[in-house]
Amino acid sequence: MRKPEFEPRIVAFVCNWCTYIAADAAGVARSRYASNVRLIRTMCSGRVDPQFVLTAFEKGADGVLLCGCHPRDCHYSSGNYKTLRRYTLLKKMLSQMGFEEGRLRLEWISASEAEKFRRVVEDMTEQVRRLGPLDLDGGD
Amino acid sequence: MAGKPKVAFYWCASCGGCEEAVVDLAEGVLDVVAAVDIVFWPVALDFKVTDVEALPDGGITVSFINGAVRLSEQEDMVRLLRRKSKYVIAFGSCSHLGGIPGLANLWDRRSIFEWYYHKAPSVADGGSQEPRERVEVPEGTLELPAFWDVVKSLDQVIDVDYYLPGCPPTPKLIGNAVTALLKGELPPKGAVLAGTRALCHECPLNETKPEKLLIKELKRVHLTKVDPEKCLLAQGVLCLGPVTRGGCEALCVKGAMPCTGCFGPTDEVRDQGAKGISYLASILDFDDEADIRRAMEAVPDPVGTFYRYALPRSILMRSRGVKAHG
Amino acid sequence: MADPVVINPITRLEGHGKITIFLDGKGEVSRAYFQVPELRGFENFLVGRQAEDAPQITSRICGVCPTAHHTAASKALDDLFKVDPPPAAKMIREMLYSVFMLEDHALHLFFLGGPDFVVGPTAPKAERNVLGVIQKAGLEIGKRVIAMRKELRGILTELGGKTIHPVFGLPGGVAKAVTPEMQTRFKETATRALEFAQFCEKLFEDVVLENPAYVKMIMSDAYTHRTHYMGLVDSQLHENFYDGQLRVVNPTGAEVARFPAQQYLDYIAEHSEPWTYVKFPFLKKIGWKGFVDGEDSGVYSVAPLARLNACSGMATPRASWLYEKYFETLGGKPVHHTLANHWARVIEIVYAAERLQELAHDPGIVDPDIRTLPTETPKEGIGVVEAPRGVLIHHYTSDERGVLTSANLIVATQHNAARIAMSVDKAARSMIHKGVVDDGILNQVEMAFRAYDPCHACATHSLPGHMPLLLQIHGPDGRVVREIRQDG
Repeated sequence: MRKPEFEPRIVAFVCNWCTYIAADAAGVARSRYASNVRLIRTMCSGRVDPQFVLTAFEKGADGVLLCGCHPRDCHYSSGNYKTLRRYTLLKKMLSQMGFEEGRLRLEWISASEAEKFRRVVEDMTEQVRRLGPLDLDGGD
Repeated sequence: MAGKPKVAFYWCASCGGCEEAVVDLAEGVLDVVAAVDIVFWPVALDFKVTDVEALPDGGITVSFINGAVRLSEQEDMVRLLRRKSKYVIAFGSCSHLGGIPGLANLWDRRSIFEWYYHKAPSVADGGSQEPRERVEVPEGTLELPAFWDVVKSLDQVIDVDYYLPGCPPTPKLIGNAVTALLKGELPPKGAVLAGTRALCHECPLNETKPEKLLIKELKRVHLTKVDPEKCLLAQGVLCLGPVTRGGCEALCVKGAMPCTGCFGPTDEVRDQGAKGISYLASILDFDDEADIRRAMEAVPDPVGTFYRYALPRSILMRSRGVKAHG
Repeated sequence: MADPVVINPITRLEGHGKITIFLDGKGEVSRAYFQVPELRGFENFLVGRQAEDAPQITSRICGVCPTAHHTAASKALDDLFKVDPPPAAKMIREMLYSVFMLEDHALHLFFLGGPDFVVGPTAPKAERNVLGVIQKAGLEIGKRVIAMRKELRGILTELGGKTIHPVFGLPGGVAKAVTPEMQTRFKETATRALEFAQFCEKLFEDVVLENPAYVKMIMSDAYTHRTHYMGLVDSQLHENFYDGQLRVVNPTGAEVARFPAQQYLDYIAEHSEPWTYVKFPFLKKIGWKGFVDGEDSGVYSVAPLARLNACSGMATPRASWLYEKYFETLGGKPVHHTLANHWARVIEIVYAAERLQELAHDPGIVDPDIRTLPTETPKEGIGVVEAPRGVLIHHYTSDERGVLTSANLIVATQHNAARIAMSVDKAARSMIHKGVVDDGILNQVEMAFRAYDPCHACATHSLPGHMPLLLQIHGPDGRVVREIRQDG
């Protein structure tokens, strides 16, 4: 049974040029949002190798959030499209391996969308909280 | 007999193809037999486990072990060989990465039994019986070894010195490995005894591979006629050559079929499945989500495609297996 | 309660084959159990896989007969996608299949079953192997066998990409065509293969048939079971490895069923026992009556002996002549002597070589049209071949994308599982008396099942060919009184 006090751990990979700034702005504005998210800043969402995502789960993340610039806004022109393709496949593969929908999420959050960042984090935290801890110990 | 290196061959959960690969050394087998002293090879020669137990620790120069590990008995045996051997070589895909039988890790013991003994269409008697580890029969008690939930690669059970990849390894690579051992010309511990670059570099069709590979349409291999003279990727067929370790000399491609990755990934890659996804994402020439989804319909089974030989070694499955049974 | 004797291979440590024998208070065998201690679950993990990958995935069931699984799966996919391969593709498949049967049977003859006869069933164990055969028959023969196998396997590599775990099979055809240049070479190989087959035939004749003691042993009651037999036959009821209908004859030789593999579920069902991981197929219309032989028992047998019993003749001239001689020598049809499998295998070597010769010479085999592309929505497919060790059935269902939703495999050695269990029990009963068990008994019990060339890699999963065994004998009080191991 899930313990009621379960606090999900979420790893968010955030792009240096957009979501990281949004997250920073949310902090500066003192918006309140769940403290369950650990940010990892990368230069581009396209830098996030699927191995990073799997490693996050391996090391104890209950959910992984990928954030990048909106389509057509990538600082490096196409990194976010690559992210979208990887995400689409990775999600399909994780579902084959028994991962629930909602443990991996992709969001486009621009530098000016501090409020969206706050909302996404809150929403995902609740969603993962409902799913409960990721039980990699599965099997029997 | 002093000076002749002592060699052991052993198999765990495997299909026997690795043993056949040794037989396929053909007349080369005789050379190997002349150069070494085989102390243990259950499939071909009559030595007992007690003979191995009697050897001093480190008394075997090298043990070649094929097959994945699924039973406690196998675990005991590989631990014994580890103790007695100077070098242990994981031989073939199952031992190296978990292999095709490792796909069973998507299922557990219960679900496997449920289908095999109860639900399969040919099962009679309403599927009322299944094997048990201990059963009373009128004459006494019969026992069976336990069937585990998880298949493991060799290095998830014991320390491994070198890997010979492939399903099965080619006779040429086996020969090279034996020669290197005999001469004592060994690479650093942990090395995979095959190519270091991706398969494309040794593929005869590499010249026909476009400089920058971008694919608008992926085609499943049974739905397209492959031109055997042209790079399969350039024809839209998902070939894993670019993300698979070389060394086999592109055997499947020479058979006009795509590489499926049995040599595992190259040195810098930790997780073959994740790397496969990354690779496919980099060559699909679409930016729109609906287009991407449509193109990826040609890969309805990413796990079976990218982890065909390596599921037990996936970052995620490793956590699962070791915690459950370590 | 009796005290079992167990024959286990290496097996406390390994678990590949295990025979447990229980003795009663007088030291007589109350029952011998043949246990198969492993299972892999291929049927489960095929679910979710892309159908077109099945030939390559299922070949990993067995590295000794990968071509059998590969071909059965390819044929099941023809059925699943409703595609008929072009004539050249069928010929290429059958040619590769003949090559494979020939070299696989030769492997058994020289490396696995043959040593018992060539070197002798009671010869020292250290000599009862392929090296012993070479010693007795001469190094030249050894070299010839190795060279022939290498040449034959070269064809598999050239057309199949890899020898072990080939890649040629696709729904609707094969991946690679035969060029006229290849055909020229294959014809030469086929000629050498036919000479080689006749050499095998001669060797068997000289060593076994000319030796009255062996003929007597083959025909002895300890190695005899009167069961049903099943085999694949063509429209003339000739034996066929690649295609046709399954025909079943009863212990008197009368046909009791003939059906396409697609109807296998009407004729075959599987029984489970709690003491072994292997399932026991039986004839559904008769039912499972336990481990007994006779017309009223659903137990049937497959593999060379069964194939000869189930057909009405061979499709090629030399094999046809040998077929007549076989039944004449062994007292008419059907033959119930398990050890006669060895001779039947030699006849099949000749048939495979003759069929290879025919196909390699067929002008149609170089047609570049080798694929029919699927256009229909896939749903369900069943394929059958005769593996070296008997009938092999693959049955898949898929969704409309061609992703597998179920798999059911009935594998050669499995069909023989009940008869093998009976053979082991019978051999133990005839060999062990008054509690006396010696090492020679082990080999004679082993010979009872080695004749089937059992492949437990196929049947469940463990190591094929020469099986490691553990024999445990339990006395009346349940304790192990004797343990004999054979590590391979």
